[in-house]
Amino acid sequence: MTMFEAILLTIATAATPLLIAALGELVVERSGVLNLGVEGMMVMGAVAGFAVAQTTGSAWLGMVAAILAGAAFSLLFGFLTLTLVTNQVATGLALTLLGLGASAMIGESFVGLPGVKMASLYIPGFSDSPYVGKFLFGQDPIFYISILLTIGVVWFLFKTRAGLTLRAVGDNHTSAHSLGVPVVRIRYLAVLFGGACAGLAGGQLSLVYVPQWVENMTAGRGWIALALVVFASWRPWRILAGAYLFGAVSIGQLHAQALGIGIPSQFMSSLPYLATIVVLVLISRNKRLTLMNTPTSLGKPFVPDR
Amino acid sequence: MKKLMMALTIATSFAVAGAANAQEKLKVGFIYIGPPGDFGWTYQHDQGRKELEKALGDKVETTFLENVPEGADAERSIERLARAGNKLIFTTSFGYMDATIKVAQKFPDVKFEHATGYKTAENVAVYNSRFYEGRYVQGVIAAKMSTTGVAGYIGSFPIPEVVQGINSFMLGAQSVNPNFKIKIIWANSWFDPAKEADAAKALVDQGVDIITQHTDSTAPMQVAAERKIKAFGQASDMIKFGPETQLTSIVDNWGPYYIERAKAVLDGTWKTHNVFHGMHEGLVVMAPYTNMPDDVKKLAEETQAKITSGELKPFTGPIKKQDGSEWLKAGETADDKTILGMNFYVAGVDDKLPQ
Repeated sequence: MTMFEAILLTIATAATPLLIAALGELVVERSGVLNLGVEGMMVMGAVAGFAVAQTTGSAWLGMVAAILAGAAFSLLFGFLTLTLVTNQVATGLALTLLGLGASAMIGESFVGLPGVKMASLYIPGFSDSPYVGKFLFGQDPIFYISILLTIGVVWFLFKTRAGLTLRAVGDNHTSAHSLGVPVVRIRYLAVLFGGACAGLAGGQLSLVYVPQWVENMTAGRGWIALALVVFASWRPWRILAGAYLFGAVSIGQLHAQALGIGIPSQFMSSLPYLATIVVLVLISRNKRLTLMNTPTSLGKPFVPDR
Repeated sequence: MKKLMMALTIATSFAVAGAANAQEKLKVGFIYIGPPGDFGWTYQHDQGRKELEKALGDKVETTFLENVPEGADAERSIERLARAGNKLIFTTSFGYMDATIKVAQKFPDVKFEHATGYKTAENVAVYNSRFYEGRYVQGVIAAKMSTTGVAGYIGSFPIPEVVQGINSFMLGAQSVNPNFKIKIIWANSWFDPAKEADAAKALVDQGVDIITQHTDSTAPMQVAAERKIKAFGQASDMIKFGPETQLTSIVDNWGPYYIERAKAVLDGTWKTHNVFHGMHEGLVVMAPYTNMPDDVKKLAEETQAKITSGELKPFTGPIKKQDGSEWLKAGETADDKTILGMNFYVAGVDDKLPQ
C-alpha cells in the first residue's frame, strides 16, 4: 500500500460519517424541519451500535441497531416538534444534550471494552490493484453505502414525484397542505430518515472508525454535519464535496505536522473548518440559485387548520 | 400504639444520627476535563475519587462535574461546587488554573487543589505529577524496540506538562540511540478518539513504528494494534486495547494523594503547598512491561529503579536546547521551576514548538 493510498483511505473514513449524517439532515431540512439534534442522534447510534455488536459479536447487527436507535431517537424529536409543535431549535438542542447524557448512561458498562470492527471488503485482484485498488474495492461496507446514499438522495429529491412533494412541503407547507399533501406525515418520514442516517453515522464511528465506546465520542461531528448542509446550500453533491474536503484537509494537516513543516499547529487544526467554509461559500456565490435551494419553510412550525 | 411509638422513636433516632453524620461529612468535589469513561486521564482521577470514598467511608461525600471545558465554564462549574457546600475541591486539568484561583478568592473557607498548575494561594494547593519520569523509561524502550529509529508522538496542547514528556522521552531514547527521531502531531484536543486515530494513522503512514500519546483516549493504541506496531498507553493501563501492542503505560495513581488531603482537611491540618510527586512517591506507576524481549524489559526495570531511587534524574546535563545553546552543564540538574514552565525542546527534537 502506498502512502498516497493510505492517505486516501484515511480521508474516506474521516469523511464518511459527516457525509451520511449531513445527507440525512439535508432531507430533513428540505422538508422544512430544522433538527439540531444530529449530534445527539449520532452518539445514540454509536452507543447502540457498539453495545449490540459487543453483545452479539456481529458488527452488522450493531449497525442495524445504530440505525434503529438514531431513528427511534428522532421520533422523539418528531413527536415534540410536529405533533406538539414545540420550537424546533430548542427541541433539537435538547435532543443533543439528552443524547449525550443518555448515551453515557447506557454505555457505562461498555467503556474500556475492545469493540468489534466491521470487516473491509476484499475482492481478489481488484483490491490489490495499484494506487486506488484499496480505495475503490477494499474499504468498509459503510463507505459504499455512503456513496450509494448520496446517489439515492439526489435521485429521490430531484427525479421522483415523492421528492418533489417533499421539497414542496419544505418550500411552502401551507400551499402543500391546501393541495392535500399530508405535510406532517411527510415531515415525520423525513425526520425518521434523518435519524436513521445520523444513527448509521454514529455506528460507523464506533464500529469502523474507532471500534470502541467512550462517552462523547462523536466530539462535535454532528455539528460539522449540520454546518455542511447549510454551507452546501442544501445540495447533496456539494455535501459530498464538503465532507471529503473537510476530511482531506483534516488528514492533510496531520501529515503536514508529522513532516514538521513549522506552521503553528493551532492554525493547522482550524484549517479544515476554514477551508471547508471558504470553498463552499465560494461555490455557493450565486444568490438566486442559493435562494432557490433554501427551503423557505425551514424551521417554521406548521399547524394544519381544520 | 406501643408499636407505633417504638417505630417513631427509632425513626427519630435515625434521623438525628443522620443529621449528625451529615455535619461531620466532608464534601469533596471534583472537576473533570473529560468523561470518567475516557479510560485515560479522567478515568484515573475518578479511580482516585473512588479510592477516597472507599478509604474514608462515610466521613466523606464526593461529587464530580464531568466534561467541563477550560475557560469561562470552568469558573462557573467550580463556583457551583463551592456553593453546594464542598469544602475540598480538586480541579483536575491545567487549564482550570486561573478559574480555580478566582473562585478561591470568593470562598476563603473552601480548600482548593489544582492539578498540574503552578499558581498557589492561601487556600489553593497545587499538586503535580512527574509523568516525565515515566516518559524517560518509555524513550529508552522505544529506542531499543524501534527498527526505523523513529517514534510518533501525539500531543494534546503545547503546555509545559506535555513538553516535559516529549523532552524526557527524547532524552531517554537518546541515551540508547543518539540519532533517534520523533515525529510530533498536535491534536489540539485532549479527547477526540477519531482525531487521535487519524493522527496515529498519519504517523504510521509516515514510517514510525512506535506510537506514544499525550492525549486521553485509547484510539491510538487501537490503530497501532491494527497496523501491527508497538505503542505506549497513556494515563491508564490500556493493555486490553492492544494485548500484543502495549509496551507499557504510565498510570497515574492519584488515590493516595486524595486520601491524604481529605484526611488533612478532616484533621484541620490542611495547608497550601505545591508538590511535584513522581515515581518515588508512588504517583507515577508503570504498567507491566509487555511485548518486549527480556533484555529490554530488564533495562526498563533498571531505569525505573534508578529514577525511583533518585539516582537518575531525566533532566540532568549535559543537555543542549533545540537551537544548540547549552541548557544544563554536565552533572547539573534542572530545577522544578524550569521543569514546570518548560517551553522549549531539547536538541534532536525535529519540530517547531507552537508558542
